[in-house]
Amino acid sequence: MMRIDCPHCGPRGQVEFSYERTLDSVVTLDMEPAVAVARLYARTNPRGLDDELWRHGLGCRQWLVLRRHRVTHAIESVAAFDPAVHR
Amino acid sequence: MSGPARIGDRDGETLRFIFDGVPMRARPGDTLAAALLANGVGLVARSFKYHRPRGIMAAGVEEPNALVTVGEGGRTEPNTRATDLFVYDGLVASSQNRWPSLGFDMGAVNGLVARFLSAGFYYKTFFGPPSRWMVYEKVIRRAAGLGKAPTEADPDRYQHRSAFCDVLVVGGGPAGLVAAMEAAQAGERVLLVEQDRELGGSALRDDIHLPVTAAGLEKAGVRILTRTTASGLWDHSFVTLNERLVEPGQRPEAGRPAQRLRHVRAGRIVLATGAIERPLTFAGNDRPGVMLSQAVRTYVHRFGVLPGRRVVIATNNDDAYLTAEAITVAGGEVVAILDARTAVAASRFPVFTDAVPLATRGTRHHLTAVEARVGEVVRRFDADLLAMSGGFTPVVHLHSQAGGKLDWRADLQAFVPGASLQAVTSVGSAAGEIHPIAASAANLPDPKHSFVDFQNDVTVADVDLAWREGYRSVEHLKRYTTLGMATDQGKTSNMAALARLAAVAGVEIPEAGLTTFRPPFTPITLGALAGADGGGHAAPTRCLALHDHHQRHDPLWQPLGYWFRPRAYPVNGETLHEAALREARAVRTSAGIVDVSTLAKFAVAGPDAAAFLEMVCATGVAKLAVGRGRYTFMLREDGMVMDDGTVWRLDEQRYLLTSSTGGVDRMEAHLSYAHRVLAPQLRVSVVAQQEHFAGIALAGPLAVEILQALIGMLPPAHMGVARAEIAGVAVMILAASYSGERAFEVYAEGMSAGPVWDALEGETRRRGGCPYGLEALEFLRIEKGHIVIGAEADGRTTPHDLRLERMLRKSGGFIGRSALDRPALTTADRLQLVGLVAPDAAIPEGSMLLVKAGSPPVGHVTSAAGRVLGGGAVALGLLRGGRERQSEALIASSPTRGQHVRVTVVDPVFYDVEGTRYRD
Repeated sequence: MMRIDCPHCGPRGQVEFSYERTLDSVVTLDMEPAVAVARLYARTNPRGLDDELWRHGLGCRQWLVLRRHRVTHAIESVAAFDPAVHR
Repeated sequence: MSGPARIGDRDGETLRFIFDGVPMRARPGDTLAAALLANGVGLVARSFKYHRPRGIMAAGVEEPNALVTVGEGGRTEPNTRATDLFVYDGLVASSQNRWPSLGFDMGAVNGLVARFLSAGFYYKTFFGPPSRWMVYEKVIRRAAGLGKAPTEADPDRYQHRSAFCDVLVVGGGPAGLVAAMEAAQAGERVLLVEQDRELGGSALRDDIHLPVTAAGLEKAGVRILTRTTASGLWDHSFVTLNERLVEPGQRPEAGRPAQRLRHVRAGRIVLATGAIERPLTFAGNDRPGVMLSQAVRTYVHRFGVLPGRRVVIATNNDDAYLTAEAITVAGGEVVAILDARTAVAASRFPVFTDAVPLATRGTRHHLTAVEARVGEVVRRFDADLLAMSGGFTPVVHLHSQAGGKLDWRADLQAFVPGASLQAVTSVGSAAGEIHPIAASAANLPDPKHSFVDFQNDVTVADVDLAWREGYRSVEHLKRYTTLGMATDQGKTSNMAALARLAAVAGVEIPEAGLTTFRPPFTPITLGALAGADGGGHAAPTRCLALHDHHQRHDPLWQPLGYWFRPRAYPVNGETLHEAALREARAVRTSAGIVDVSTLAKFAVAGPDAAAFLEMVCATGVAKLAVGRGRYTFMLREDGMVMDDGTVWRLDEQRYLLTSSTGGVDRMEAHLSYAHRVLAPQLRVSVVAQQEHFAGIALAGPLAVEILQALIGMLPPAHMGVARAEIAGVAVMILAASYSGERAFEVYAEGMSAGPVWDALEGETRRRGGCPYGLEALEFLRIEKGHIVIGAEADGRTTPHDLRLERMLRKSGGFIGRSALDRPALTTADRLQLVGLVAPDAAIPEGSMLLVKAGSPPVGHVTSAAGRVLGGGAVALGLLRGGRERQSEALIASSPTRGQHVRVTVVDPVFYDVEGTRYRD
């Protein structure tokens, strides 16, 4: 079980969090259908670091962005989701 | 060996135990294996496939042969290693996989037909006609196996505990003890775990003094857990520890658990897990009386048991010479040391260089002789024990589970821990501080009786066969031969198999590859994984606010989502169906009330509440007048219907959104995502209120009259909202119908809703109505053609598929809108919602829809019921191109239930098609 250092609550076990999706697969309503389809179904899925959207559902219930390694599961950073930065 | 093998007198044997019905005695501290050897028992088990006689080979958890069933009743534990089971007074153990007895085993006939059970046999049977496989399966299942699982419930309790430490040291041998002491002296919080009952590891085997004592460690602040196995090393230094408080089959003290599963988050981890000795490969290397060299030493030094008096030692390294010393000191005779190497140091024992064992001779209980190649000649040595050492395999399981690399050491012919991705270091034997060995010779005269994986009966011939049949990858070899897949996970066998595979492939072992090390390190009982969360505690029982009011009528309960809801309220011995039909008829003819408290409810408020709801809902919301509501549904981003419910405008900037019970968590997360990630600029608050309010639906032609009597005013019009008081309790009334009759949902705060239910029930019963449960609710909604999330809306259906397209909002975007234009979602042959009717027979729910018998299915039945009033069966289904197949005759076919019913395709509304009954 991973340990996630929530910026609001401190380090907590993975069971408190839920994975939503990678940041590059967030689809907003104003996107062209082709773009939306590409983001939903043709994701990059890198063998390495990726930015992921998580929610601390059994804690502060805030949305977080984890920069996490797909192979080692090492978490490089955890930040509060900020639409100005992350969208 | 025939007589007792205890070194010295037997006075210390104060524990009584029974093996295969024979009472025996053991010393405190004995493992069952030690006690059996002390009692002169050579034959302990029968092998998995061939029922070959097997004895005790090892002295630790790696034991592949000596598996026993221990304990009685629900406390029975099959496949317990006799070497990993400390005898307690009253222990009852028995051998496995034999009939009628261990000594005379009919299944040993398998040994004669061994060629039919070679590698891949099981898979090969798949290629013949199915009938042949059915025959083989029966034969295999009867013939092959280990212990039998108990059928009674486990009476024991299991605990889960969490722990934290700076340093977790796994393994209480010399290296682990030193590491723990150093860390403790540096001021770190240290947890030391040892799977054995005693600390010491190899020091117990080699009879040497420990560098550090348990008392010294505890004084330094080290927390020590013995009989505790680090079973898995997971992400981010998370380790699961399995602690045995009693031995397998042993009754715990009253009120105490049998085992604890500890979840440890460690700062760093030191692996002092030691190394496992490897067997040598030769014909009959599985015979009772053939043991690992270090195991022999352990029995002599630690347990005071000499497993043989005339001993041949076969080795390719220096370590086995320590065993020769131990045997001699204990009074045994070393007949010969067969050393595979050509040059060795001088020794006082009869050493033969360039010598390897070829075969063993003996009975099913005992070894009598060893045949060996010495140089160019074959010699025979009379012996009752063969101690073998094929080298050492560092226990890298946890290192590997943590994602660590493995490095090949040619001098050791072993993999040792390499770089680790986590804060994990290995020390001692586990890190490769072990004796170098000579590489093994490839020539084996009798590969069919030379065992590699003892527990799964895999021979050298099987490995060779797999290679000949084209299995090149070690992962394929593993699956084809089942090598390393037994309960010991190949602890003694993997390296021998790899060596053989590399030899036939003509490559070095590292090129042959290595299979994955997976947790748990040793088998764990399922009870330990479940902890206290078993049986009725597997999930929390969530009761409705009105639970006690329902319980008065002793209903049939049904789990729905997290909740228990009444399914029906039978009276006078009614069946479920009879009760539900009576309740549904009451709704159609007079009135009924049903608890709908579990519906998901969200308070959506703020200046942008309407804009937010229009983003989430696929129907119009903004034009809704204050005090009005409407049906709505939500789509996923891929255009599929996710959930449905109702939306009510309570105030200018305040809405109530309801959705399905089972989807409440998904909807909560979806709303949060939509707001906080997609549209954070919207000024809106979303509050989940599912459990705050109790909801009671009142439905039926008399519903208006009943409600009016209670609230003293005319109830709201269809899809209207009103506030009132019932029995002195403030309620909100939403005029929505699910049953197809005039209906109202009455909401009150959950804790004060009791009097409201009582008042509604009283007025309803007075007029001939009654409470109804989920079953009647199903009858009513199916007859009205209302979809249910999870049945008709199965995650693959669009609004068009479900005939909801006319409700789609034309203007503005909403989640899932753009996906609906994708070509595949607009084709005519999609599965579409239809109604199905049958004149008399019930339509089987979940059945396939066929054009004619034997033709491929064109759809399936999603919900089925009988008509509430009158006869005949109705159903909803999803049918390929169903909207264009009106009046078509089909067969609803359920081969598993043997039901085949002729049905006709109709519109999915079977009752009050014009919709006159539910409107005011």
